[in-house]
Amino acid sequence: MYRARLGIRPGIWLSIAALLAAAGAASPARALDADNARSSGWGLLNLPVGVTSISRDVYSIHMMAFWVCVAIGVVVFGVMIWSIVFHRRSRGAAADVTLVHNTKVEIVWTTIPVLILIGMAIPAAHGIVLIGNEANSQLDIKVTGFQWGWQYEYVGKGVSFISKLDAKSMAASELDSGISPYRVPHYLRNVDHPLVVPVGTKIRLLIGAVDVIHSWWVPDFGIKKDAIPGYINTSWFEVDADKPGVYRGQCAELCGRGHGYMPIVVDAVSKADFQAWLKREAAAEKPAAGNAPSS
Amino acid sequence: MAEKPHTEAHAHAEHEHDHKPHGWRRWVFATNHKDIGTMYLVFSCIMFFTGGAFAMMIRAELFKPGLQIVDPGVFNSLTTMHGLVMIFGAIMPAWVGLANWMIPIQIGAPDMALPRLNNLSFWILPFAFLLLLSSWLVPGSAPAGGWTMYPPLTLQFGASFPMLIFAIHMMGISSILGAINVVVTIMNLRAPGMTLLRMPLFVWTWLITAFLLVAVMPVLAGAVTMMLTDHFFGTSFFNAAGGGDPVMFQHIFWFFGHPEVYIMILPGFGVISEIIPAFSRKPLFGYEAMVYATASIAFLSFIVWAHHMFTVGLPTSALLFFMFATMLIAVPTGVKVFNWTATMWRGSLTFEPPMLFAIAFLFLFTIGGFSGLMLAMVPADFQYQDTYFVVAHFHYVLVSGSAFSIMAGVYYWLPKWVGRMYDLRLATWHFWLSAIFFNVLFFPQHFLGLAGMPRRIPDYAVQFADWNMVSSLGGFAFGLSQFLFPYIIWKCVRSGKRVEGTRAWEGARGLEWELPSPAPYHSWTTPPTEAMIARGAEH
Repeated sequence: MYRARLGIRPGIWLSIAALLAAAGAASPARALDADNARSSGWGLLNLPVGVTSISRDVYSIHMMAFWVCVAIGVVVFGVMIWSIVFHRRSRGAAADVTLVHNTKVEIVWTTIPVLILIGMAIPAAHGIVLIGNEANSQLDIKVTGFQWGWQYEYVGKGVSFISKLDAKSMAASELDSGISPYRVPHYLRNVDHPLVVPVGTKIRLLIGAVDVIHSWWVPDFGIKKDAIPGYINTSWFEVDADKPGVYRGQCAELCGRGHGYMPIVVDAVSKADFQAWLKREAAAEKPAAGNAPSS
Repeated sequence: MAEKPHTEAHAHAEHEHDHKPHGWRRWVFATNHKDIGTMYLVFSCIMFFTGGAFAMMIRAELFKPGLQIVDPGVFNSLTTMHGLVMIFGAIMPAWVGLANWMIPIQIGAPDMALPRLNNLSFWILPFAFLLLLSSWLVPGSAPAGGWTMYPPLTLQFGASFPMLIFAIHMMGISSILGAINVVVTIMNLRAPGMTLLRMPLFVWTWLITAFLLVAVMPVLAGAVTMMLTDHFFGTSFFNAAGGGDPVMFQHIFWFFGHPEVYIMILPGFGVISEIIPAFSRKPLFGYEAMVYATASIAFLSFIVWAHHMFTVGLPTSALLFFMFATMLIAVPTGVKVFNWTATMWRGSLTFEPPMLFAIAFLFLFTIGGFSGLMLAMVPADFQYQDTYFVVAHFHYVLVSGSAFSIMAGVYYWLPKWVGRMYDLRLATWHFWLSAIFFNVLFFPQHFLGLAGMPRRIPDYAVQFADWNMVSSLGGFAFGLSQFLFPYIIWKCVRSGKRVEGTRAWEGARGLEWELPSPAPYHSWTTPPTEAMIARGAEH
């Protein structure tokens, strides 16, 4: 009877690739959008640590789960690879047909995973409670998704505007536009009117939508919440006081033709700069006809 | 048909009724489980290449940043139709085809319990897919709301919407009738001596899968019918302006959707549970534990659905419950992986194509399980949800899980069906090309998701370009390699070397290996003997 010969090389190739991936993944992604198009994609292997307490907690839960999986994988795949190498017929291995069942070992390898899972569930449950704690926010912003962009309204401040994909990205993204995406700053992740927020301030988001389901997501903040017609979902974040900067995200729920074209850009500035900006915005919007005063 | 010597009474009885209709009537009016199984498998193969063609177009568009090939709306139709065709047209019919071929033989029954219902279950499918695929041609083109069909988005698509809904209805009816047939067959037609705890794992996993199907396909039908009435008859089940709730659709859909993914994998667990013992020359380790683990997985699959919905705004109590329940499913699944590994341990392994696919399943499905466990952690899932991390996860469990185990089953049982051995060298090539390029295609998608790339987008920011290119190249190579599969089967049927004896594989056990190869058109018209059953049930 034909017996295929298992080449060791492909198995080793796969194992090395997996180890490299694990090693690369162990380091978090750099806050990449500081740079422009030239940031290399090869190094982008992992979640960002981010700039909020939530994003840091999320990152550590993610890495904890990852390393648990790596550890279990090393053990389980190790046993499998051992069998494949040493228990093969071509090496003269004879099958031990008495090794058919063992209740004790079944109990052991049921109980140990349960204990590991309980260990993982505790920090995760804690994270859920932390993320759900929206009380005592210092600023409320209403976020409304539509096809295809976001409307932001600073509750009680008389400032509201629409934020859409910026014109350069829009032009380059047309089918056969002839414009290279590499020549467009922050291609598909740039808007005409960013959301400006103060650092060191607990901000609560009130998220809704007017047509279909969208989702508001900024990876560096560690938050994502669906924008659903008929619902007001809430979320919160506080950018670390020492991390002002521009943070980018995207819509994360299929919403039609323009789903890939409604990014989110948040400009986190000092509290003083924010107050100044807010004043300028409110003044600029006052004479605009049809702007209902925000409740 | 060649005359055979009438040496024994039972051989004579078998040939008496062995006249089958010829030509198109044999297939259109088929009631024989082997013919119906063959039709399901051929249909599934055609759908696999159709869904695969959509995938190749998706990867072609995602090869570079910028939009080069299709309009974004068409891209959304491609992703939607790829999902629908692969799930409902390729994976599920392939499992029903394998069930039809193997369940009666493995339990010592002459056919399925309801042969004419069996015929109807199959023939619904070509019409359902004709309806679905012709939606590409109507104004507005094919549905583009994702295979998950969430409202309100799905209600924005015009002419294709009712075609989608009615196609789903038809596929659902086909699945429900087929599942009823499986349950009735297994519960009523087992040969004397074939008790439940002596059945092969493939029969067990299909019994449990059939109960899942009967339980949840009607729920899907309910969900899509409510969308239909919302669209055409003024109801407001999911329309917020009318007092309805879009999130309710998600609850109802995923109550179907989560058991659905177990429906797609459980028979694969059964196939792997037969192949690994055969090529390890050792019985399956922990047969009863495997049965209980499968049943636990099936039960748990009903109480985890909202893990597909962690970002919709669920209350904290729901987030906690669904996270704990989802993590719990890792336990029986892990038990199965450990038992398969223990089966290999201190065995005498050889690596024919079925075993190669089974081992790849073990490695790669387990990796899919790991990303699944990570996805269960709610705070982290807020970063993963609707990104390529999810896409990587489900392709690891569905392609290297379901699809590889289907291929393993075909490579294992083909000599029994056809009476000929296929080109093992070519099949080994098919295996290595598939296994390696599958990883090139999907492993980088973990990175893309973690780096921040959402799913279902036709174009992306330039920092995602490098891994997308790698993934697309892997996709093209993986797709091309799949043409080997139908070629190998066709070549086997035409000119494969005839198999001597009943047992094509030295370590294979089970009632199918007590029959001649090819299996007679009507098998087990006389039930198997206790000795035959005992040979297959060593545990």
